[in-house]
Amino acid sequence: MKCEICKAQEASVHLTQVMDGEVKKLHMCEDCARKGGINIENPVSISDLLLGLGKEEPVEEAPAAPDRACPVCHLRQADFRKTGRLGCPECYAAFATELAPLLRQMHRRDHHVGRTPGAVPGGVSPAEEAAAVQEALDRAVADERFEEAARLRDRLLALRQRIAAGSPAAPEAGP
Amino acid sequence: MNVGDLLRQPHLWACGAGEDGIAASSRVRLARNLRGHAFPDWAGEDENLRVWRTLEPVLRALPSMQGSVSAANEAMTDLDRQILVERHLSSREHARKGRGSGIVLRADERLAVMVNEEDHLRMQSLECGLRLHEVWERMEALDREFEERIACAFSPRLGYLTACPTNVGTGLRASVMLHVPGLVLMEEMAPAVNGIQKLGLAVRGLWGEGTEAVGNMFQISNQMTLGAREEDLVGDLDRLVREVIDHERNARARLMRSRETVVRDHVGRALGILGHAHVLTSNETLSHLSALRLGIELGIVERLDRATVDALLLLTQPAHIQRAAGRPLGPRERDEARARLVRERLGEPPRRRRVRKTKA
Repeated sequence: MKCEICKAQEASVHLTQVMDGEVKKLHMCEDCARKGGINIENPVSISDLLLGLGKEEPVEEAPAAPDRACPVCHLRQADFRKTGRLGCPECYAAFATELAPLLRQMHRRDHHVGRTPGAVPGGVSPAEEAAAVQEALDRAVADERFEEAARLRDRLLALRQRIAAGSPAAPEAGP
Repeated sequence: MNVGDLLRQPHLWACGAGEDGIAASSRVRLARNLRGHAFPDWAGEDENLRVWRTLEPVLRALPSMQGSVSAANEAMTDLDRQILVERHLSSREHARKGRGSGIVLRADERLAVMVNEEDHLRMQSLECGLRLHEVWERMEALDREFEERIACAFSPRLGYLTACPTNVGTGLRASVMLHVPGLVLMEEMAPAVNGIQKLGLAVRGLWGEGTEAVGNMFQISNQMTLGAREEDLVGDLDRLVREVIDHERNARARLMRSRETVVRDHVGRALGILGHAHVLTSNETLSHLSALRLGIELGIVERLDRATVDALLLLTQPAHIQRAAGRPLGPRERDEARARLVRERLGEPPRRRRVRKTKA
């Protein structure tokens, strides 16, 4: 199979991914893949590629957005676009606006419901968690994602009960 | 015991267990990062080195990691690092990293922690056969032990924070390696892959991300890591894999009903080539070993067992071949050494030495 980009070399990098229920395939030679910013051993997804994460020039609009940097590690948006990797945990807060649509596209959800560090030094208290769940719940209602909202409401109620009972930040019970 | 010694023992995969061998191995990995530290690719070598020096003793002292060995990347030879990759204990990315990265692994290879790969920690739990829940329980225990000692980067809204947003949330990737020659021979694998991907799961080749399926081996894993509980991610994958296994069994049964001679011929030719070839490339070997494995599982080949084939799947990989030879080999030498090893292991046992004809 020939590379779909240069149509000259043999395609050896094959990206397959489902986006919005549609299977997208892209067959490229290594050179074109590298030019497209794909780290072959650890490729970014097609969605990253289409969103411009893997390329120097962003595909989205917002052309003249200032290149902000994370206040903690000083990673710039351009660095993130180039590598698809953030610089430090604080980058998630620094680039929250840019990351939100990306996360929704990658995971179809935008908040964590799994394990928490529990009663660890520096772990999250039920109150902190409740605040975050409340925030997610508000957003889910605003976006009319009612199924998710119902789940979040149940979780919030459970957390409030736990706060009322004064229990420590126990991780969520298993199935 | 050091990593080098460890890698001389037979591998977990060659356990020969797992009802019918369709599910070769199960794996769960968690990505974790330290709070207040830059991620490895952005941090400099010095900070990575500090993180490695902090984490290495902590990891080795964890109850789950009793009897573990560790090695800094720069203390290992290229070959050792490649061997770790071939045994699925390390990644290609991690193998390329130098000073500041390292690995801690339990002697039985069931638990391994890469330090300073893409994230500060990539912990994995590995087992042969389809045992995802068991693998997850072991992973969770290790994670808990670790968290009692070190604070991880965590956000109440986004969960565990990872260098790449594709892993944020649970940081969990569960995967099962499947050997599905039946579906491939019945030309049903492409639609199956399509269906699996529509469910939001990823299908990859034998060596993970960015690799093609060789030897009819496919790795199925979850893609999404945010917004689902770990048990659900693992449980969903387990259910899907069981369905694929049923399809594979069914495909094998239909294959034997409708094309038994073709299957026997396919297996017989593979055995013939493996038993007599003098030059074998890695991919050719994998594809014939796959056919042989199928033959054993279908009862066509009775004198060999699956464990022998599974051991060869690993031992014929380039770094393992060179380790056995005790020196670096060029591609051609490797192909010859590989063919020799395969002939030795698969050859008919009682056999008189042939008399070499002298040149006229």
